[in-house]
Amino acid sequence: MPVKQLTVFLENQTGRLAEVARILRDADINLQGFSTTEARDYGILRLVVSDTDTARQKLKEAGFTTHIAEAICIKVEDRPGGLYKILDILANAKINIDYVYVIAGTKLVLSVSDIPKTESILRENNVVICD
Amino acid sequence: MSGIYWEEKYETMPREELRELQTSRLQSTLINVYENVGFYKKKFDDAGVNPYKFDDLDDIKKIPFTTKEDLRDNYPFGLFARQMSDIVRIHSSSGTTGNPIVVSYTKNDIALWGNLIARDLYSVGVRKNDIIQNSYGYGLFTGGLGLHYGAELLGATVIPVSGGLTERQIKIMKDYGSTVLCCTPSYALYIAEVGSELGLDFAKMPLKTGIFGAEPWTEEMRKEIEARLFIDAIDIYGLTEIIGPGVSCECSEKKGLHVAEDHFMVEIINPADNARLPSGSRGEIVFTSLTKEAMPLIRYRTRDLSMINEAQCDCGRTHSRMKKPAGRTDDMLIIRGVNLFPSQVEEVLMKVKEIEPHYLIVVDRVNHLDTIELWVEVSEDVFAEKINDLEKFESAIENKLHAATGVSIDVKLKEPKTIKRSEGKAKRVIDKRKGDVI
Repeated sequence: MPVKQLTVFLENQTGRLAEVARILRDADINLQGFSTTEARDYGILRLVVSDTDTARQKLKEAGFTTHIAEAICIKVEDRPGGLYKILDILANAKINIDYVYVIAGTKLVLSVSDIPKTESILRENNVVICD
Repeated sequence: MSGIYWEEKYETMPREELRELQTSRLQSTLINVYENVGFYKKKFDDAGVNPYKFDDLDDIKKIPFTTKEDLRDNYPFGLFARQMSDIVRIHSSSGTTGNPIVVSYTKNDIALWGNLIARDLYSVGVRKNDIIQNSYGYGLFTGGLGLHYGAELLGATVIPVSGGLTERQIKIMKDYGSTVLCCTPSYALYIAEVGSELGLDFAKMPLKTGIFGAEPWTEEMRKEIEARLFIDAIDIYGLTEIIGPGVSCECSEKKGLHVAEDHFMVEIINPADNARLPSGSRGEIVFTSLTKEAMPLIRYRTRDLSMINEAQCDCGRTHSRMKKPAGRTDDMLIIRGVNLFPSQVEEVLMKVKEIEPHYLIVVDRVNHLDTIELWVEVSEDVFAEKINDLEKFESAIENKLHAATGVSIDVKLKEPKTIKRSEGKAKRVIDKRKGDVI
């Protein structure tokens, strides 16, 4: 099953990321992992959290623009070649990855255009898909 | 009053008759200022104008213009044509640059002003049983008291709430059932934004008409306000120097602002060479008071750019119509040699559905080259999860702006609510070349 990831628009300014982290702490929401992408004057923060809906609500109340997107979360074997194994499966299936990042517990969050297809290919190859 | 007119005789007067009325009223005014204002006596004498022999409206061309600088030079009371004992009210501009503009009114002037506003309100269907929420600022600014007196004269119920305290505005609107809102168009949008956040459904509110003025706004902005507040948005125009709001106002047709030509004469000139332009040309608007007593101004240069249409309106009124002013000549920006009005930017922006209707233009000069940025807020409608989509969105707006204005404008996406909301006149441009700071 795909995971919900929360994305947040951030202006490139001191303290904005800290503000997001503070809001999540105050709402007692655990941050499992995140990544940032930056353009010239702004960036996008992607988060996987313990309670996506509450986190979004709290961030919205604080004036942040947010969005929820689905992605695939899979377990990566924590040994040499663990990442390659996954990427090789996807490359052979001609599946392009839009972006990928690592979250706690050596899990990968992958964004692809066709989630169900990618999930089934990964399953056929015995890759563990997390909820 | 009868039918759709507050003063049918004047509002529908045949133009020939109107011209005769203007000529006789202008002569009285010229005599008034010649006898009572040293500034005008000297001006008329130098130009060889004898007000006692004035009998052709076109001869007004012989009289030099009055400018904002003239008002500043004669600060505070130098252009008053009446003694303080006859003056019952003073208003003034904010005077952010140099001396403020100070204007005065006799009892008759106040009555005239109220009558003009009542006429304007009546022409857009406002009646005695309406509840008017007047959110223009009360005080030295002409907006608040100007609308107030006209609304009372009409017999409507006025709520003199003044500007600001937006949540209270919304509570009053909801609890008292306001049917008419008077404020600046930018504040109307802010009220819409805050109201929606508070869960208010404007479609179900009794509010039906908005009387918006004191700043230039585009047709696109009108559509935005009408869609958000579920009302008819009416443009009212005026300037402190001439009387305040009510110099011109749209009727229900919304096809131009009827100039109250029985009280103000309007001319269009080319601001570059001061030559008078024929009806239908675009240029700077010049007004002459015809009936004001305390401080009539002769050929006052407004610095507002517009067009005048003398054709009779479908509403039956004969008073000529001003096109919605595109902006003041003072608002014009020159960016790397290209002339740009903030209204041109607004026109493009308001057509972009995903963007909040709040914006700021930031102009600077870096290494001897003008730079211009347009700040807009990212709403959830635009924000997908990929940076690529945002970049595409930015460049799409930049391309549209370039096509419409010929200027390369750098669009900057901002977090929501980071652009300051206006509770009165919106500040749309920060020109750092002139020392403005954000």
